[in-house]
Amino acid sequence: MTTLIDEWSEQVRQAARTGGHLAIRGGGSKRFYGGEERGDLLAVGSYQGIVAYEPTELVVTARAGTLLAELNQVLAERGQWLAFEPPACGPTATVGGMLASGLSGPRRQTAGAVRDFVLGVRMLNGLAEVLSFGGQVMKNVAGYDVSRLMAGSLGTLGLVLEVSFKVLPLPVAEKSLRFSLGEAAALEKLNQWAGRPLPISASAWHDDVLTLRLSGAAAAVTAAARTLGGEALDESVALAFWSAVREQQHAFFAGEAPLWRLSLPSLAPCQKLGETFIEWGGAQRWLRGGDALEIRRAAEVAGGHATLFRAEPALKAAVGVFQPLSAPLARIHRQLKLAFDPSGVFNPGRMYPDL
Amino acid sequence: MSSATGLPDQRFTVDRAVLISRLRAVLPAHALLADEEEMRPYDCDGLTAYRHLPLLVALPEDEAQTQAVLRICHALHAPVVARGAATGLSGGATPHPDGVVVSLAKLKKIVKLDPLARTAVVQPGVRNLAVSEAAAPYGLYYAPDPSSQIACTIGGNVAENAGGVHCLKYGLTVHNVLRVRGLTIEGDVVEFGSAALDAAGYDLLALINGSEGLLAMISEITVRLTPKPELAQVVIASFADVRKAGDAVASIIGAGIIPAGLEMMDKKAIHAVEPYVNAGYDMNAEAILLCESDGTPEEVAEEIGRMTAVIEKSGASMIRVSQNEAERLKFWAGRKAAFPAVGRMTPDYLCMDGTIPRKHLAEMLEAIGGLSEKYGLRCANVFHAGDGNLHPLIMYDANQAGELERAAAFGADILELSVRFGGTITGEHGVGLEKVMLMAEQFSTAEIAAFHRLKGAFDEAGLLNPGKGIPTLARCREYTQARAGSAASAPGQA
Repeated sequence: MTTLIDEWSEQVRQAARTGGHLAIRGGGSKRFYGGEERGDLLAVGSYQGIVAYEPTELVVTARAGTLLAELNQVLAERGQWLAFEPPACGPTATVGGMLASGLSGPRRQTAGAVRDFVLGVRMLNGLAEVLSFGGQVMKNVAGYDVSRLMAGSLGTLGLVLEVSFKVLPLPVAEKSLRFSLGEAAALEKLNQWAGRPLPISASAWHDDVLTLRLSGAAAAVTAAARTLGGEALDESVALAFWSAVREQQHAFFAGEAPLWRLSLPSLAPCQKLGETFIEWGGAQRWLRGGDALEIRRAAEVAGGHATLFRAEPALKAAVGVFQPLSAPLARIHRQLKLAFDPSGVFNPGRMYPDL
Repeated sequence: MSSATGLPDQRFTVDRAVLISRLRAVLPAHALLADEEEMRPYDCDGLTAYRHLPLLVALPEDEAQTQAVLRICHALHAPVVARGAATGLSGGATPHPDGVVVSLAKLKKIVKLDPLARTAVVQPGVRNLAVSEAAAPYGLYYAPDPSSQIACTIGGNVAENAGGVHCLKYGLTVHNVLRVRGLTIEGDVVEFGSAALDAAGYDLLALINGSEGLLAMISEITVRLTPKPELAQVVIASFADVRKAGDAVASIIGAGIIPAGLEMMDKKAIHAVEPYVNAGYDMNAEAILLCESDGTPEEVAEEIGRMTAVIEKSGASMIRVSQNEAERLKFWAGRKAAFPAVGRMTPDYLCMDGTIPRKHLAEMLEAIGGLSEKYGLRCANVFHAGDGNLHPLIMYDANQAGELERAAAFGADILELSVRFGGTITGEHGVGLEKVMLMAEQFSTAEIAAFHRLKGAFDEAGLLNPGKGIPTLARCREYTQARAGSAASAPGQA
């Protein structure tokens, strides 16, 4: 394993010397996300293995190339899981790609995001140095929180070699409920419910149907289901439904039309920008097609931002994948990139054209 | 810095008269303190061993004034130290002798509380508990609850990524803050995070939390509010053996339970607390555990049943469950008063803050017992056992020659052990001035250099809280050499 890191370090040094670029790829399941890959391929999927896992410590450490499916299975065998329910986007998904993309699943609103569960990373920076940040403990404020910064950085700050995550026990009981509600009514209900101590773990609204998932202690789930009413879903139907939402296999996500992700305050009103799929209690809204400028402006006015999540490379290049940053933030981004990767070796353009 | 004086290595040449005249032009007269007598209350934070007078103290009353102060300091190359309620225990708000302390105490408005959105927009000087009090009528609260929550401010909580007794289940500050509006040292307004659950670009919000005032000055914060659980109950369990208490912690987690709070106190801490607050703790126990469950009444009944079964099996000598809210608060009052209670027993104490993997808890306690004998200083132990965060309270008397140095060496030994057990030198109190040298114990020179470059990305001139958090590379080398040299003779010469 050390020889692999030595090889990669040499590749990084050489790229830095010659002005070359490296495109990091684990399983390639999330190549659709972000700007186009540029540079020589740095295939890291072979760096696999769970380095440490002690269920009573609630911590797992895995090499970046470890398959997400494998990690999920090892955790499930001990009654635990990654509570942010990360989407895999394909069977080849790796732990490193999950971290670098920073994508979280249906439980995000109540359980937290990828970054909330990151405890530590080991990484290779653009100077070919192997660095460790954070650690394997729940609380750690020594030094800047570089490990959380890696979540969602799309490999632009370096190659993550190893990640430690906080894990949690699987919920004892789950129940899904379905309600007939229009968009505005659903948003209102979701916000009202979120202010009450109810064990809601996911929500999805589309086409005037709101589906809600409750997770937790059996007694709490039963009591909440009684309070909320609605129509209970069959267990297998519910499992298939949430898996389809997480992996974007729901019919809404089919087809070639560009897919926009709007991250908004949960209270933001209906955007009326086209067919919508709403998750995270109103905080994540998906759109098919539409005018980039109009969508970005609407998201900004509502207090959030819009990402061109899936689209043809030409469209992504034309309008950019991520919401443009304010000038001071853009400057900090460029300086951070230089701090970790001064020669611009890693994943150029994957997040913003100048990073 | 030198550990004896806490004086920073890096000094700045600032023309005080020019600084005063420029700041007077942008601040109301009462918002700028320049007399020694007026500045004296600002000479330290909760780490009282280090005291310096700053050049000046500024107390801006809004963001525009803060911005003006920063621009002037930047132009005159004067260091800036942000200060909230100064309850921090690591010297993060200790003044720089050549710089300006910017107290955010006057920025204490709750700008907006939106019960439907479950958020509160607050100025940095708002007290932690004030947020929960304002949210209480809506059945909401702000989850992170550091022991100093009556006094400490949200701005300070963000700077330190403060924890508390409920973070295993409800997270740290970083998990409960949606957005931080800040000012760069140049005075540019920056928004980290957003009113949504994430923001475009790098997760700078994660970086700002716990950055100890080294990256930006905070001017406004949006926090997430949490629905108040219908019911909470706490189990209090006595153990005749510290190791058994440690094992009980692992067994609770191993049984798939995430308690709302899981705290441990050793005999010295119990004996400090009980006469002080009469919390009803078992004075015969070697250790007690406080284990809390919250949720719906059905959920709590189920969980308390599982918790007590596990604790019983772990060999507890006595188990009680709080029967009402008053009793629950009484049980917690002891734990929350641990620091002042120990303060009554000794002229001075140092509070350590290492975090270790839980499995080493008993081993760590035994080691601390040994060190206590070696250094001839008493030590009481309170732990956030659920997350392995230890707070050994080392008692000493600063008026006795050599005791502070012995206490500091004792503390350094504990933190080195924390690192050796796979943990960290600070779980929630921050590095500040206190532990800046010990950073070299936990991080390589390349990692420290990366931290410096990261700071430079935000604060190229290095004016925000210089000398804190990250040691200079020269100091790292010195430290490493000194440790190597002293390892054979006397350990702990930090």
